[in-house]
Amino acid sequence: MALLEIRNVTRCFGDFTAVDNVSISIEAGEFFTLLGPSGCGKTTLLRMIAGFDLPDAGQILLDGKDMFGTPPEKRPIHTVFQSYALFPHMTVADNIAFPLKMAGTTPDEISSRVREALDDVRLANFGNRFPQELSGGQKQRVAFARGLVNRPRLLLLDEPLGALDAKLREEMQIELINLQKERGVTFVFITHAQNEALALSHRIAVMNQGKVEQLDEPSRIYGFPRNRFVADFIGKISIMNAQVLEAAPAHLKLSVAGLGEVTSPTKENVKMGDTGVLAIRPEQVRISHHAEEVELKNHFIGKVQGFLYVGDVTTYIVELPNGARIEALLPNSAPGRAKFFEAGDPVAVSWRHDAGTFLND
Amino acid sequence: MIKGDNKANRIAKWLVSGPPLLFLLVFFVAPSLIMLFTSLRFPGEFGGLAPIAAPAGAVHGEYGLTLETYQFFFSDILYAEIFLKSFAVAAASTLICLIMAYPLALLIARSEKRFRNLMVLLVVLPFASNFLIRIYAWMIILGPESVFSHFINAVLGAFGVAPVTLLFSSFAVLVGMVYVHLPFMVLPLYTNLEKHDPALLDAAQDLGANAWQRFWRVTWPLSLPGVFSGSALVFIPVLGMFAVPDILGGTGDILIGNLIKDQFLGTRDWPFGSTLSIMLTLAVLAITGLAAWLARPAAIPEK
Repeated sequence: MALLEIRNVTRCFGDFTAVDNVSISIEAGEFFTLLGPSGCGKTTLLRMIAGFDLPDAGQILLDGKDMFGTPPEKRPIHTVFQSYALFPHMTVADNIAFPLKMAGTTPDEISSRVREALDDVRLANFGNRFPQELSGGQKQRVAFARGLVNRPRLLLLDEPLGALDAKLREEMQIELINLQKERGVTFVFITHAQNEALALSHRIAVMNQGKVEQLDEPSRIYGFPRNRFVADFIGKISIMNAQVLEAAPAHLKLSVAGLGEVTSPTKENVKMGDTGVLAIRPEQVRISHHAEEVELKNHFIGKVQGFLYVGDVTTYIVELPNGARIEALLPNSAPGRAKFFEAGDPVAVSWRHDAGTFLND
Repeated sequence: MIKGDNKANRIAKWLVSGPPLLFLLVFFVAPSLIMLFTSLRFPGEFGGLAPIAAPAGAVHGEYGLTLETYQFFFSDILYAEIFLKSFAVAAASTLICLIMAYPLALLIARSEKRFRNLMVLLVVLPFASNFLIRIYAWMIILGPESVFSHFINAVLGAFGVAPVTLLFSSFAVLVGMVYVHLPFMVLPLYTNLEKHDPALLDAAQDLGANAWQRFWRVTWPLSLPGVFSGSALVFIPVLGMFAVPDILGGTGDILIGNLIKDQFLGTRDWPFGSTLSIMLTLAVLAITGLAAWLARPAAIPEK
């Protein structure tokens, strides 16, 4: 039995359907992420799991028990809030002790559990500080410790890393993964940052307009987006209109207007004549000076429109003869000063026959 | 560059805050000193003050400086009693104001934003009419022939209790004090409660706190600065208030304020009136000092 089961949950605010018939089941010990743009319904869903909001239809079951009549304070579910929501009038230790006090834990046990929790988040000497005296990352760790100290069945994390700068965020991501592994607590994480979701999660539900667009492991979400929204939302991707010429068991043969034939991996439920788009990731596209050097099946000539140098890699934007633009990623792995293709250079772009995805309209 | 800016800033700061500071200093410190000096002198024959140096040819009368008024103050238990009673009335008014104002302030703070200003306006609206007129209105409301009095006595009568007179009593004084000072408690409380982050209550609930625990462990401790400033704004003016006991109180309801007023306007004993004022100021300073010290552990470090 799944730890948390969301069954056909719908929540409307007036005419607006924030969560639309969503069903998800989350296993114990999982790091599960709800990913989507703002307004996609992930926060509403999180509030319903926590008990701050109730579904209009459907059920939320924890350990098989319907949570409908259980108020937030009675649910064995804790939340790490986006703003941390640390109590400003309590010390760090008192903040962490709060859920234990509410649960009626004995003072002796509270002090030992708080000490343990402070050690876990490497804040052993900060127990007597007030939240205002901590840095953003430290506050964040206090919030994690407070959420975990009473060993909830489920920890909800509402964009907890959103307020941190990029470097600190990466550190906290690693810390979060370790914390989750050590404690074995089930995490439901919500974020709009796709790289964060990919880095942290066991499974991701990509949400849009109140619906789950795709629910899968990070590598499958990235590598095999189910539709155009997921492809577009997760990572960078180039998209070209295409029509299926041939749906063989091993591959698809597509026709891209003004370009010609493209081979792409086969996909279920695609048949000859289907229209849609060919989506291809920049890192799968190779860029070279001359078409003759290329031995890959899909290769075309184009012209460099511009490039984006970001240190480790350079992204080139290449215009194809049909006017479509395709991005190609080139690692700056050569020693010394990187040599670039310049804007206006004629180049060849190519990709493997098993790269790219055809997405039906 | 930055240093120069800082210096210019400092000068600008003093230019802006200097005049009001000077104003407060001059008009608080100077009167206090005058009052202290007055309390050390002898009353004049026909009120006012006796000259410090005996005029030429004076046969009798008292001149110079003296501690007589202070001796007088401490020699009669009556004054201590009036002080004590005033403090009791002030404390009771403060407590009643707090109990009445807190739910109201909480209600306003948690209302929808667009209604809050209107509700605050309603709280301060009584200030639009004259204070004395409002106190006289209470005279009518509490008077023996009022609907309110009849109703109270009818209810008491039903339980076999003898009719009571509401007006000219300590009860009436307390009602008047609370009525006049309630907004002074509501406003600082509201200002404080309105700033509370609602996420804190969500967090408390999420971590297992029921409604009472959320109030007692989060809202109340965070509101203490508002409670203290509201209490000071009620307690101190009530201590010195003479109009309310004058109008609504009975003969036994004399408070410090009445005593001081009588010394200046009735008995015309300025030195003793000044002594009483000095004692009141000292008492208020002592109490606010104590309150500030007591409030210290709850003080929240600013960001």
